[in-house]
Amino acid sequence: MILDFQIIASVFPSLLSATKVTLALSLCILVLGVMIGIPLGLLNAGRNRVLRWLSEIYILIFRGTPPMVQLFVVYFGLSQFEAVRESFLWPVLRSAYWCAVIALGLNSGAYVARMFAGALRAIPAGQIEAAKALGLGPVASFLTIRAPLAFRTMLPAYCNEVIMTVKVTALASTITVQELMGRARSEVNDTYAPYEVLLSTAAIYLALIYGLSWFFAWLEQHLNPTRTGRSADKTPATLSIRQEG
Amino acid sequence: MGGVSFDLGLGGFGPQLLVGAGLSLKLWLASLVLGTCFGLLAALSRLSGSRILRRLAGLYINVTRGIPELLVVFLLYYCGSATLSWIVGEYVELSAFAAGTFALALVFGAYTAEIFRGGILAVPHGQTEASQALGLGKLGAFALVILPQAWRHALPSFGSQCIILVKQTSLVSVIGLEELMRKGKIAVNSTNEPFIFYMTIGAIYLAITLILTVVLRLAERRASRSLAGA
Repeated sequence: MILDFQIIASVFPSLLSATKVTLALSLCILVLGVMIGIPLGLLNAGRNRVLRWLSEIYILIFRGTPPMVQLFVVYFGLSQFEAVRESFLWPVLRSAYWCAVIALGLNSGAYVARMFAGALRAIPAGQIEAAKALGLGPVASFLTIRAPLAFRTMLPAYCNEVIMTVKVTALASTITVQELMGRARSEVNDTYAPYEVLLSTAAIYLALIYGLSWFFAWLEQHLNPTRTGRSADKTPATLSIRQEG
Repeated sequence: MGGVSFDLGLGGFGPQLLVGAGLSLKLWLASLVLGTCFGLLAALSRLSGSRILRRLAGLYINVTRGIPELLVVFLLYYCGSATLSWIVGEYVELSAFAAGTFALALVFGAYTAEIFRGGILAVPHGQTEASQALGLGKLGAFALVILPQAWRHALPSFGSQCIILVKQTSLVSVIGLEELMRKGKIAVNSTNEPFIFYMTIGAIYLAITLILTVVLRLAERRASRSLAGA
Protein backbone atom coordinates (compact mmCIF):
# COMPACT_ATOMS: atom_id res chain seq x y z
CA MET A 1 0.00 0.00 0.00
CA ILE A 2 2.33 2.68 -1.29
CA LEU A 3 1.04 5.92 -2.73
CA ASP A 4 1.87 6.58 -6.36
CA PHE A 5 3.16 10.14 -6.36
CA GLN A 6 3.05 10.34 -10.14
CA ILE A 7 -0.73 9.98 -10.05
CA ILE A 8 -0.97 12.57 -7.27
CA ALA A 9 1.11 15.01 -9.32
CA SER A 10 -1.02 14.41 -12.40
CA VAL A 11 -4.44 14.85 -10.71
CA PHE A 12 -3.48 17.71 -8.39
CA PRO A 13 -3.77 20.58 -10.93
CA SER A 14 -7.22 19.34 -11.94
CA LEU A 15 -8.30 19.14 -8.28
CA LEU A 16 -6.95 22.61 -7.59
CA SER A 17 -8.89 24.11 -10.47
CA ALA A 18 -12.04 22.43 -9.11
CA THR A 19 -11.28 23.99 -5.72
CA LYS A 20 -12.00 27.36 -7.33
CA VAL A 21 -15.49 26.10 -8.17
CA THR A 22 -15.94 24.99 -4.55
CA LEU A 23 -14.94 28.45 -3.32
CA ALA A 24 -17.16 30.29 -5.82
CA LEU A 25 -20.07 27.99 -4.97
CA SER A 26 -19.55 28.56 -1.23
CA LEU A 27 -19.49 32.32 -1.75
CA CYS A 28 -22.75 32.32 -3.76
CA ILE A 29 -24.42 30.10 -1.14
CA LEU A 30 -23.27 32.35 1.70
CA VAL A 31 -24.51 35.51 -0.04
CA LEU A 32 -27.93 33.95 -0.71
CA GLY A 33 -27.98 32.57 2.85
CA VAL A 34 -27.46 36.04 4.33
CA MET A 35 -30.00 37.59 1.97
CA ILE A 36 -32.61 35.10 3.19
CA GLY A 37 -31.43 34.63 6.75
CA ILE A 38 -31.30 38.26 7.92
CA PRO A 39 -34.91 39.22 7.03
CA LEU A 40 -36.13 35.82 8.17
CA GLY A 41 -34.30 36.16 11.49
CA LEU A 42 -35.82 39.60 11.94
CA LEU A 43 -39.29 38.11 11.48
CA ASN A 44 -38.42 35.24 13.79
CA ALA A 45 -37.44 37.60 16.59
CA GLY A 46 -40.25 40.04 15.80
CA ARG A 47 -43.61 40.71 17.39
CA ASN A 48 -45.95 39.60 14.60
CA ARG A 49 -47.11 36.15 15.62
CA VAL A 50 -48.11 34.90 12.14
CA LEU A 51 -44.81 35.94 10.58
CA ARG A 52 -42.95 34.44 13.51
CA TRP A 53 -44.67 31.10 12.97
CA LEU A 54 -44.07 31.17 9.21
CA SER A 55 -40.37 31.81 9.72
CA GLU A 56 -40.27 29.10 12.37
CA ILE A 57 -41.79 26.59 9.92
CA TYR A 58 -39.25 27.55 7.25
CA ILE A 59 -36.37 27.04 9.68
CA LEU A 60 -37.81 23.76 10.94
CA ILE A 61 -38.22 22.30 7.44
CA PHE A 62 -34.79 23.30 6.16
CA ARG A 63 -32.96 22.20 9.29
CA GLY A 64 -34.98 19.04 9.74
CA THR A 65 -34.29 17.47 6.33
CA PRO A 66 -30.99 16.41 4.76
CA PRO A 67 -29.49 19.01 2.39
CA MET A 68 -29.21 16.26 -0.22
CA VAL A 69 -33.00 15.95 -0.31
CA GLN A 70 -33.30 19.72 -0.73
CA LEU A 71 -30.84 19.59 -3.64
CA PHE A 72 -32.78 16.81 -5.33
CA VAL A 73 -36.13 18.56 -4.93
CA VAL A 74 -34.76 21.71 -6.55
CA TYR A 75 -32.68 20.07 -9.29
CA PHE A 76 -34.76 17.02 -10.26
CA GLY A 77 -38.13 17.92 -8.73
CA LEU A 78 -38.78 21.37 -10.13
CA SER A 79 -37.75 20.52 -13.70
CA GLN A 80 -40.62 18.03 -13.79
CA PHE A 81 -43.15 20.85 -14.17
CA GLU A 82 -43.87 22.29 -17.57
CA ALA A 83 -44.58 25.69 -15.99
CA VAL A 84 -41.04 25.78 -14.62
CA ARG A 85 -39.50 24.63 -17.90
CA GLU A 86 -41.29 27.39 -19.78
CA SER A 87 -40.70 30.15 -17.25
CA PHE A 88 -37.99 32.78 -17.46
CA LEU A 89 -36.24 31.02 -14.56
CA TRP A 90 -35.52 27.91 -16.62
CA PRO A 91 -31.99 28.95 -17.74
CA VAL A 92 -31.13 29.15 -14.02
CA LEU A 93 -32.99 26.06 -12.84
CA ARG A 94 -31.59 23.97 -15.69
CA SER A 95 -28.06 24.43 -14.42
CA ALA A 96 -26.88 22.08 -11.69
CA TYR A 97 -24.56 24.78 -10.36
CA TRP A 98 -27.33 27.31 -9.78
CA CYS A 99 -29.64 24.67 -8.38
CA ALA A 100 -26.93 23.88 -5.83
CA VAL A 101 -26.65 27.59 -5.01
CA ILE A 102 -30.43 27.89 -4.56
CA ALA A 103 -30.97 24.71 -2.52
CA LEU A 104 -27.93 25.11 -0.26
CA GLY A 105 -28.49 28.88 -0.03
CA LEU A 106 -32.06 28.32 1.18
CA ASN A 107 -30.61 25.84 3.68
CA SER A 108 -27.94 28.24 4.89
CA GLY A 109 -30.64 30.93 5.22
CA ALA A 110 -32.43 28.82 7.83
CA TYR A 111 -29.25 28.55 9.95
CA VAL A 112 -28.43 32.25 9.57
CA ALA A 113 -32.01 33.17 10.53
CA ARG A 114 -31.80 31.09 13.71
CA MET A 115 -28.47 32.71 14.60
CA PHE A 116 -29.60 36.25 13.86
CA ALA A 117 -32.86 35.85 15.78
CA GLY A 118 -30.95 34.47 18.76
CA ALA A 119 -28.47 37.34 18.63
CA LEU A 120 -31.29 39.90 18.45
CA ARG A 121 -33.00 38.36 21.48
CA ALA A 122 -29.72 38.44 23.39
CA ILE A 123 -29.43 42.24 23.18
CA PRO A 124 -29.87 43.67 26.68
CA ALA A 125 -33.14 45.59 27.05
CA GLY A 126 -31.21 48.56 28.43
CA GLN A 127 -29.53 49.12 25.04
CA ILE A 128 -32.89 49.34 23.30
CA GLU A 129 -34.29 51.64 25.98
CA ALA A 130 -31.22 53.85 25.68
CA ALA A 131 -31.79 54.05 21.91
CA LYS A 132 -35.39 55.10 22.56
CA ALA A 133 -34.27 57.66 25.12
CA LEU A 134 -31.98 59.13 22.47
CA GLY A 135 -35.05 59.60 20.27
CA LEU A 136 -34.12 56.93 17.71
CA GLY A 137 -37.11 55.50 15.83
CA PRO A 138 -37.51 51.74 15.26
CA VAL A 139 -35.61 51.78 11.93
CA ALA A 140 -32.75 53.95 13.16
CA SER A 141 -32.56 51.95 16.37
CA PHE A 142 -32.33 48.73 14.37
CA LEU A 143 -29.72 49.98 11.93
CA THR A 144 -27.44 51.75 14.38
CA ILE A 145 -27.88 49.80 17.61
CA ARG A 146 -29.55 46.40 17.33
CA ALA A 147 -28.11 45.10 14.05
CA PRO A 148 -24.45 45.94 14.83
CA LEU A 149 -24.75 44.42 18.30
CA ALA A 150 -26.41 41.31 16.88
CA PHE A 151 -23.74 40.92 14.19
CA ARG A 152 -21.01 41.00 16.77
CA THR A 153 -22.78 38.40 18.89
CA MET A 154 -23.35 36.05 15.99
CA LEU A 155 -19.88 36.36 14.47
CA PRO A 156 -18.41 33.17 16.00
CA ALA A 157 -21.45 31.14 15.02
CA TYR A 158 -21.41 32.65 11.54
CA CYS A 159 -17.74 31.77 11.03
CA ASN A 160 -18.72 28.22 11.87
CA GLU A 161 -21.49 28.46 9.29
CA VAL A 162 -18.96 29.51 6.63
CA ILE A 163 -16.90 26.41 7.34
CA MET A 164 -19.97 24.17 7.33
CA THR A 165 -20.92 25.68 3.98
CA VAL A 166 -17.56 24.86 2.40
CA LYS A 167 -18.01 21.28 3.60
CA VAL A 168 -21.62 21.05 2.46
CA THR A 169 -20.74 22.10 -1.11
CA ALA A 170 -19.35 18.57 -1.51
CA LEU A 171 -22.99 17.48 -1.81
CA ALA A 172 -23.28 19.42 -5.08
CA SER A 173 -21.31 16.55 -6.62
CA THR A 174 -24.44 14.38 -6.23
CA ILE A 175 -26.20 16.56 -8.83
CA THR A 176 -23.17 16.47 -11.19
CA VAL A 177 -21.54 19.80 -10.25
CA GLN A 178 -17.80 19.51 -10.90
CA GLU A 179 -16.58 21.11 -7.72
CA LEU A 180 -13.72 19.58 -5.73
CA MET A 181 -15.66 16.48 -4.60
CA GLY A 182 -17.25 16.02 -8.02
CA ARG A 183 -13.90 16.32 -9.76
CA ALA A 184 -12.40 13.85 -7.30
CA ARG A 185 -15.12 11.33 -8.13
CA SER A 186 -14.46 11.72 -11.87
CA GLU A 187 -10.72 11.35 -11.32
CA VAL A 188 -11.27 8.18 -9.27
CA ASN A 189 -13.27 6.75 -12.16
CA ASP A 190 -10.62 7.79 -14.71
CA THR A 191 -7.48 6.75 -12.87
CA TYR A 192 -8.74 3.80 -10.75
CA ALA A 193 -6.51 5.20 -8.01
CA PRO A 194 -8.92 6.03 -5.16
CA TYR A 195 -6.21 6.33 -2.49
CA GLU A 196 -4.15 8.92 -4.32
CA VAL A 197 -7.12 10.98 -5.53
CA LEU A 198 -9.21 10.91 -2.34
CA LEU A 199 -6.29 11.58 -0.02
CA SER A 200 -5.20 14.55 -2.18
CA THR A 201 -8.78 15.80 -2.06
CA ALA A 202 -8.85 15.43 1.72
CA ALA A 203 -5.59 17.38 1.96
CA ILE A 204 -7.04 20.25 -0.08
CA TYR A 205 -10.21 20.36 2.02
CA LEU A 206 -8.15 20.31 5.22
CA ALA A 207 -5.97 23.17 4.00
CA LEU A 208 -9.04 25.13 2.98
CA ILE A 209 -10.95 24.59 6.20
CA TYR A 210 -8.05 25.10 8.58
CA GLY A 211 -6.96 28.16 6.63
CA LEU A 212 -10.43 29.59 7.07
CA SER A 213 -10.74 28.62 10.72
CA TRP A 214 -7.40 30.19 11.66
CA PHE A 215 -8.32 33.33 9.74
CA PHE A 216 -11.59 33.54 11.68
CA ALA A 217 -9.87 32.98 15.00
CA TRP A 218 -7.56 35.90 14.15
CA LEU A 219 -10.52 38.00 12.97
CA GLU A 220 -12.52 37.39 16.14
CA GLN A 221 -9.61 38.38 18.28
CA HIS A 222 -9.08 41.61 16.37
CA LEU A 223 -12.70 42.62 15.92
CA ASN A 224 -13.67 42.10 19.51
CA PRO A 225 -11.44 44.15 21.81
CA THR A 226 -13.82 43.61 24.74
CA ARG A 227 -13.16 39.90 24.78
CA THR A 228 -9.47 39.59 25.58
CA GLY A 229 -7.87 36.47 26.96
CA ARG A 230 -9.40 33.81 24.76
CA SER A 231 -9.62 30.30 26.11
CA ALA A 232 -6.44 28.30 25.89
CA ASP A 233 -8.19 25.49 24.04
CA LYS A 234 -6.16 24.75 20.93
CA THR A 235 -9.11 23.65 18.81
CA PRO A 236 -10.14 26.64 16.71
CA ALA A 237 -13.44 27.95 18.02
CA THR A 238 -14.91 27.86 14.54
CA LEU A 239 -14.72 24.10 14.37
CA SER A 240 -17.17 23.70 17.20
CA ILE A 241 -20.53 22.14 16.65
CA ARG A 242 -23.38 23.59 14.70
CA GLN A 243 -26.13 23.74 17.31
CA GLU A 244 -29.54 22.32 16.51
CA GLY A 245 -32.86 23.11 18.11
CA MET B 1 -50.94 10.14 -14.10
CA GLY B 2 -53.19 7.92 -12.02
CA GLY B 3 -54.79 10.61 -9.85
CA VAL B 4 -55.59 9.96 -6.21
CA SER B 5 -54.54 6.32 -6.01
CA PHE B 6 -51.11 7.32 -7.30
CA ASP B 7 -50.74 10.01 -4.69
CA LEU B 8 -51.53 7.66 -1.83
CA GLY B 9 -49.61 4.55 -2.95
CA LEU B 10 -46.77 6.43 -4.68
CA GLY B 11 -47.15 4.13 -7.69
CA GLY B 12 -46.58 1.07 -5.53
CA PHE B 13 -43.27 2.45 -4.27
CA GLY B 14 -44.68 3.62 -0.92
CA PRO B 15 -43.85 0.36 0.90
CA GLN B 16 -40.38 0.42 -0.68
CA LEU B 17 -39.78 3.85 0.84
CA LEU B 18 -40.75 2.49 4.24
CA VAL B 19 -38.32 -0.41 3.85
CA GLY B 20 -35.66 2.15 2.98
CA ALA B 21 -36.56 4.25 6.01
CA GLY B 22 -36.18 1.13 8.15
CA LEU B 23 -32.67 0.56 6.80
CA SER B 24 -31.85 4.25 7.37
CA LEU B 25 -32.85 3.86 11.01
CA LYS B 26 -30.74 0.71 11.34
CA LEU B 27 -27.78 2.57 9.86
CA TRP B 28 -28.44 5.44 12.25
CA LEU B 29 -28.54 3.16 15.28
CA ALA B 30 -25.43 1.21 14.29
CA SER B 31 -23.36 4.33 13.65
CA LEU B 32 -24.73 5.94 16.82
CA VAL B 33 -23.54 3.04 18.99
CA LEU B 34 -20.16 2.65 17.26
CA GLY B 35 -19.67 6.43 17.05
CA THR B 36 -20.39 6.88 20.76
CA CYS B 37 -17.65 4.33 21.50
CA PHE B 38 -15.24 6.24 19.23
CA GLY B 39 -16.23 9.51 20.88
CA LEU B 40 -15.76 8.18 24.42
CA LEU B 41 -12.41 6.61 23.53
CA ALA B 42 -11.20 9.83 21.91
CA ALA B 43 -12.42 11.93 24.85
CA LEU B 44 -10.65 9.68 27.37
CA SER B 45 -7.48 9.74 25.26
CA ARG B 46 -7.58 13.55 25.16
CA LEU B 47 -7.84 13.54 28.97
CA SER B 48 -5.26 10.83 29.55
CA GLY B 49 -1.76 11.32 30.92
CA SER B 50 -0.15 9.84 27.80
CA ARG B 51 1.06 12.46 25.39
CA ILE B 52 0.92 10.10 22.38
CA LEU B 53 -2.72 9.21 23.09
CA ARG B 54 -3.61 12.89 23.45
CA ARG B 55 -1.92 13.73 20.14
CA LEU B 56 -3.50 10.80 18.30
CA ALA B 57 -6.98 11.67 19.52
CA GLY B 58 -6.46 15.30 18.61
CA LEU B 59 -5.31 14.32 15.12
CA TYR B 60 -8.35 12.09 14.62
CA ILE B 61 -10.77 14.77 15.80
CA ASN B 62 -9.24 17.61 13.79
CA VAL B 63 -8.74 15.70 10.55
CA THR B 64 -12.23 14.18 10.57
CA ARG B 65 -13.85 17.53 11.26
CA GLY B 66 -11.84 19.22 8.54
CA ILE B 67 -13.13 17.18 5.59
CA PRO B 68 -16.66 16.84 4.20
CA GLU B 69 -18.67 13.88 5.52
CA LEU B 70 -19.29 12.75 1.95
CA LEU B 71 -15.54 12.40 1.43
CA VAL B 72 -15.26 10.26 4.58
CA VAL B 73 -17.95 7.97 3.15
CA PHE B 74 -16.09 7.67 -0.18
CA LEU B 75 -12.76 7.11 1.54
CA LEU B 76 -14.16 4.25 3.59
CA TYR B 77 -15.97 2.77 0.60
CA TYR B 78 -13.10 2.86 -1.88
CA CYS B 79 -10.21 2.34 0.49
CA GLY B 80 -11.87 0.47 3.37
CA SER B 81 -11.78 -3.04 1.87
CA ALA B 82 -8.24 -2.68 0.57
CA THR B 83 -6.92 -1.32 3.86
CA LEU B 84 -8.71 -3.98 5.89
CA SER B 85 -7.44 -6.74 3.58
CA TRP B 86 -3.92 -5.36 3.87
CA ILE B 87 -4.15 -5.37 7.68
CA VAL B 88 -5.73 -8.82 8.00
CA GLY B 89 -3.58 -10.35 5.27
CA GLU B 90 -6.43 -11.86 3.23
CA TYR B 91 -9.15 -10.37 1.07
CA VAL B 92 -12.02 -8.87 3.05
CA GLU B 93 -15.05 -7.41 1.35
CA LEU B 94 -16.54 -4.40 3.15
CA SER B 95 -20.26 -4.05 2.42
CA ALA B 96 -21.85 -0.66 1.72
CA PHE B 97 -23.63 -0.91 5.08
CA ALA B 98 -20.39 -1.62 6.95
CA ALA B 99 -18.47 1.12 5.13
CA GLY B 100 -21.32 3.58 5.68
CA THR B 101 -21.67 2.72 9.37
CA PHE B 102 -17.96 3.05 9.93
CA ALA B 103 -17.74 6.36 8.07
CA LEU B 104 -20.68 7.93 9.91
CA ALA B 105 -19.39 6.58 13.23
CA LEU B 106 -15.98 8.16 12.62
CA VAL B 107 -17.62 11.53 11.98
CA PHE B 108 -20.00 11.14 14.93
CA GLY B 109 -17.11 10.20 17.22
CA ALA B 110 -15.04 13.21 16.15
CA TYR B 111 -17.85 15.59 17.04
CA THR B 112 -19.01 13.90 20.24
CA ALA B 113 -15.47 13.46 21.62
CA GLU B 114 -15.28 17.16 22.50
CA ILE B 115 -18.80 17.04 23.96
CA PHE B 116 -17.87 14.10 26.21
CA ARG B 117 -14.60 15.76 27.18
CA GLY B 118 -16.45 18.93 28.16
CA GLY B 119 -18.97 16.88 30.14
CA ILE B 120 -16.28 14.99 32.03
CA LEU B 121 -14.37 18.21 32.79
CA ALA B 122 -17.57 19.79 34.09
CA VAL B 123 -17.76 17.26 36.95
CA PRO B 124 -16.06 18.86 39.96
CA HIS B 125 -12.75 17.31 40.97
CA GLY B 126 -14.05 16.77 44.50
CA GLN B 127 -16.26 14.01 43.12
CA THR B 128 -13.21 12.05 41.98
CA GLU B 129 -11.53 12.55 45.34
CA ALA B 130 -14.68 11.55 47.22
CA SER B 131 -15.04 8.33 45.21
CA GLN B 132 -11.38 7.54 45.84
CA ALA B 133 -11.95 8.11 49.54
CA LEU B 134 -14.76 5.58 49.29
CA GLY B 135 -12.28 3.12 47.80
CA LEU B 136 -14.01 2.82 44.43
CA GLY B 137 -10.83 2.60 42.37
CA LYS B 138 -10.19 4.35 39.06
CA LEU B 139 -12.57 2.38 36.88
CA GLY B 140 -15.32 2.26 39.47
CA ALA B 141 -15.10 5.98 40.09
CA PHE B 142 -15.34 6.69 36.39
CA ALA B 143 -18.22 4.32 35.64
CA LEU B 144 -20.29 4.93 38.78
CA VAL B 145 -19.62 8.55 39.72
CA ILE B 146 -18.09 10.60 36.90
CA LEU B 147 -19.85 9.21 33.82
CA PRO B 148 -23.43 9.52 35.13
CA GLN B 149 -22.84 13.18 35.99
CA ALA B 150 -20.86 13.96 32.83
CA TRP B 151 -23.71 12.44 30.82
CA ARG B 152 -26.12 15.05 32.14
CA HIS B 153 -23.88 17.91 30.97
CA ALA B 154 -23.27 16.29 27.59
CA LEU B 155 -26.86 15.32 26.78
CA PRO B 156 -28.11 18.50 25.00
CA SER B 157 -25.17 18.70 22.56
CA PHE B 158 -25.05 14.93 22.18
CA GLY B 159 -28.74 15.03 21.24
CA SER B 160 -28.05 17.62 18.53
CA GLN B 161 -25.43 15.32 17.06
CA CYS B 162 -27.91 12.41 17.07
CA ILE B 163 -30.28 14.54 14.99
CA ILE B 164 -27.51 15.58 12.60
CA LEU B 165 -26.63 11.89 12.25
CA VAL B 166 -30.16 11.09 10.99
CA LYS B 167 -29.66 13.57 8.17
CA GLN B 168 -26.16 12.26 7.46
CA THR B 169 -27.41 8.71 6.85
CA SER B 170 -28.64 9.99 3.47
CA LEU B 171 -24.99 10.34 2.41
CA VAL B 172 -24.57 6.57 2.33
CA SER B 173 -26.93 6.43 -0.67
CA VAL B 174 -24.00 7.54 -2.86
CA ILE B 175 -22.23 4.22 -2.33
CA GLY B 176 -25.31 2.22 -3.26
CA LEU B 177 -26.84 1.26 0.08
CA GLU B 178 -30.59 1.04 -0.49
CA GLU B 179 -31.67 3.24 2.37
CA LEU B 180 -34.43 5.84 2.12
CA MET B 181 -32.65 8.22 -0.26
CA ARG B 182 -31.52 5.44 -2.61
CA LYS B 183 -34.99 3.89 -2.66
CA GLY B 184 -36.26 7.30 -3.71
CA LYS B 185 -33.81 7.46 -6.61
CA ILE B 186 -34.87 3.99 -7.74
CA ALA B 187 -38.54 4.96 -7.57
CA VAL B 188 -37.87 8.16 -9.51
CA ASN B 189 -36.00 6.25 -12.22
CA SER B 190 -39.01 4.07 -12.96
CA THR B 191 -41.86 6.53 -12.34
CA ASN B 192 -40.31 9.82 -13.56
CA GLU B 193 -41.99 11.67 -10.70
CA PRO B 194 -39.05 13.24 -8.85
CA PHE B 195 -40.98 16.03 -7.16
CA ILE B 196 -43.52 13.92 -5.28
CA PHE B 197 -40.94 11.30 -4.24
CA TYR B 198 -38.27 13.66 -3.00
CA MET B 199 -40.89 15.71 -1.15
CA THR B 200 -42.20 12.52 0.48
CA ILE B 201 -38.69 11.50 1.46
CA GLY B 202 -38.10 14.95 2.90
CA ALA B 203 -41.31 14.58 4.92
CA ILE B 204 -40.18 11.20 6.28
CA TYR B 205 -36.82 12.62 7.37
CA LEU B 206 -38.59 15.62 8.89
CA ALA B 207 -40.94 13.34 10.84
CA ILE B 208 -37.98 11.34 12.19
CA THR B 209 -36.00 14.42 13.24
CA LEU B 210 -39.05 16.04 14.86
CA ILE B 211 -39.92 12.92 16.84
CA LEU B 212 -36.29 12.62 17.91
CA THR B 213 -36.26 16.27 19.01
CA VAL B 214 -39.27 15.67 21.27
CA VAL B 215 -37.80 12.45 22.69
CA LEU B 216 -34.50 14.20 23.42
CA ARG B 217 -36.24 17.07 25.15
CA LEU B 218 -38.02 14.59 27.42
CA ALA B 219 -34.73 12.78 28.08
CA GLU B 220 -33.06 16.07 28.99
CA ARG B 221 -35.84 16.91 31.41
CA ARG B 222 -35.54 13.47 32.98
CA ALA B 223 -31.75 13.64 33.19
CA SER B 224 -31.82 16.96 35.01
CA ARG B 225 -34.80 16.20 37.28
CA SER B 226 -32.63 16.08 40.35
CA LEU B 227 -31.36 19.54 39.47
CA ALA B 228 -34.81 21.10 39.17
CA GLY B 229 -35.12 24.08 41.48
CA ALA B 230 -31.44 23.92 42.33
